[in-house]
Amino acid sequence: MSLIQVKRTIRQGFINFWRNGWVSVATVLIMVLTLFMVGTLFFSNVVLTSALQQVESKLDVSVDFKLDAPEEDILALKTSLESFGEVGKVEYISRDEALERFRERYKDNALITQSLDEIGTNPLPASFNIKAKDPENYGTISSFLKNDSSFQIIDEIRENQPTIDAINSMISSARTSGLTSTIVLSIIAVLVAFNTIRLAIYTSRDEISIMRLVGASHSYIRAPFVVVGIIQGFLASIAAMVILWLPLWFNHDNVLLSFVPIFPFANGSSASESLGGPNLLNYYFSNFIFIFLLLLASGIILGSISSIIATRRYLKEHK
Amino acid sequence: MIYFDRVSKVYSQTSVALEDVSFTIEPQEFVSVVGQSGAGKSTLLKLLLAEESPSSGKVFFESLDMHKVRNADLPKVRRRMGVVFQDYKLLPTKTAYENIAFAMEAAGKGEEEIQQDVPQVLELVGLMDKAWHFPSELSGGELQRVAIARAIVNRPDVIIADEPTGNLDPINTWEIINLLEKINELGTTVILATHDKDVINSLKRRVITIEKGKITRDEKRGRYVL
Ligand SMILES: Nc1ncnc2c1ncn2[C@@H]1O[C@H](COP(=O)(O)OP(=O)(O)O)[C@@H](O)[C@H]1O
Ligand SMILES: [Mg+2]
Repeated sequence: MSLIQVKRTIRQGFINFWRNGWVSVATVLIMVLTLFMVGTLFFSNVVLTSALQQVESKLDVSVDFKLDAPEEDILALKTSLESFGEVGKVEYISRDEALERFRERYKDNALITQSLDEIGTNPLPASFNIKAKDPENYGTISSFLKNDSSFQIIDEIRENQPTIDAINSMISSARTSGLTSTIVLSIIAVLVAFNTIRLAIYTSRDEISIMRLVGASHSYIRAPFVVVGIIQGFLASIAAMVILWLPLWFNHDNVLLSFVPIFPFANGSSASESLGGPNLLNYYFSNFIFIFLLLLASGIILGSISSIIATRRYLKEHK
Repeated sequence: MIYFDRVSKVYSQTSVALEDVSFTIEPQEFVSVVGQSGAGKSTLLKLLLAEESPSSGKVFFESLDMHKVRNADLPKVRRRMGVVFQDYKLLPTKTAYENIAFAMEAAGKGEEEIQQDVPQVLELVGLMDKAWHFPSELSGGELQRVAIARAIVNRPDVIIADEPTGNLDPINTWEIINLLEKINELGTTVILATHDKDVINSLKRRVITIEKGKITRDEKRGRYVL
């Protein structure tokens, strides 16, 4: 195709788009909805993934030892744990340290401080805080502990694996429902766009029949309609970008995120803090090109696929 | 150049448009296809254009079996046939010039070639002064001349005209027939379907007569006999 033909095709595409006025607008709207869904899916993926990482970094297995557990046994267990490939870091908190931390934390609480003094002895156990290299290894580590001979000095093993499983399943169900609605919307968008193109073809049927008469090739006849689909996808992706940006802009400090149930869990503090700050607005701007290209590609694919199907059908039916 | 080999076209049991039709057309011939309304003239031309497929028999354009040509290759073959209809089939939103240029664009011609050829054909059909008129601003005869200009601008091997004078008064009819003769003299085969007795009798060219889907006469210097 020569440059002049490309120019003609694009011009004719704009004419076809323009001629169908409101129908084109309606198609763009339904595409915007679809692309908005694609964008939302993308963002929620980013947010949920970063939340999961945050939560994972806070995961550990903690082991409380019996009060009478000999320190050398505990240190021996520490050494053998550290030689383990799955184990990242073992933090040993001795009974004295535990008491010190406890006192430090409750230093303003006279009642607790007083009763501690009254007991006279240290009621706190020594403990381990074990970080795994990979969150999936926590299971292995705790089953190692349970089967080890040193199990007798252990009072209690506390894991938060169930929490991470819950988060994981939440993420995957969020992804599934997001993906499902995206697919459903895409199908609706393709159907609507398909019918718009059919209408555009119908409006241009005289021109098409004359084109055929004078021997225009099929691709020549189809190209302007594919351009219509591309224009629709282009406009829709720009609109979707703006719509995605608006709530982020009103949401500088991630207020929205606090509505997502897993975030308060992370620390009980404010959502943005617990997230370690994947500020979505910043994210939006620093990945602007990528997100735009993602939506643009989705929009153009939606639009042009519809056109290709519609024109193919028409050209098959009308010889 | 064109060869119909025992062609039949049955639209439905009650509508048999052509029955066992065979004939040959040589290059640069001027052939009139004559018959009353409903005789099957348009069907015959549609078969040649591969707009319809025959129920039996074969249609050849040179060595090409028109109904074995792949759908995607059909446009290329059609560019070698210029078509003219009773109702002109011009685009109302385009001027005479643009209507003709449109055919060249559709055939993938470049801007320079278009700017050179369109005035030439407008000159040939005598409409240079009306180049920028819209169809609504032209008379029936002028419209048909624009349509002929469009049909010839891509230099086809054959012009297929289906009752091109059907809507015209006698004077305009003559202008159109003269134009077709002129095009034929310049070397293009012309196939003219008509039921205009005066046109046939004055042409003194080959006439194929169709009655109820069958060829009843095929004469070198035919007359209108129905
Ligand atoms: N698409 C069609 N479907 C059914 N019958 C048709 C169709 N086109 C033409 N016919 C019939 O075929 C016969 C020949 O029609 P046509 O070729 O148009 O005749 P002409 O052009 O000589 O007037 C007529 O009886 C007409 O009713
Ligand atoms: Mg007819």
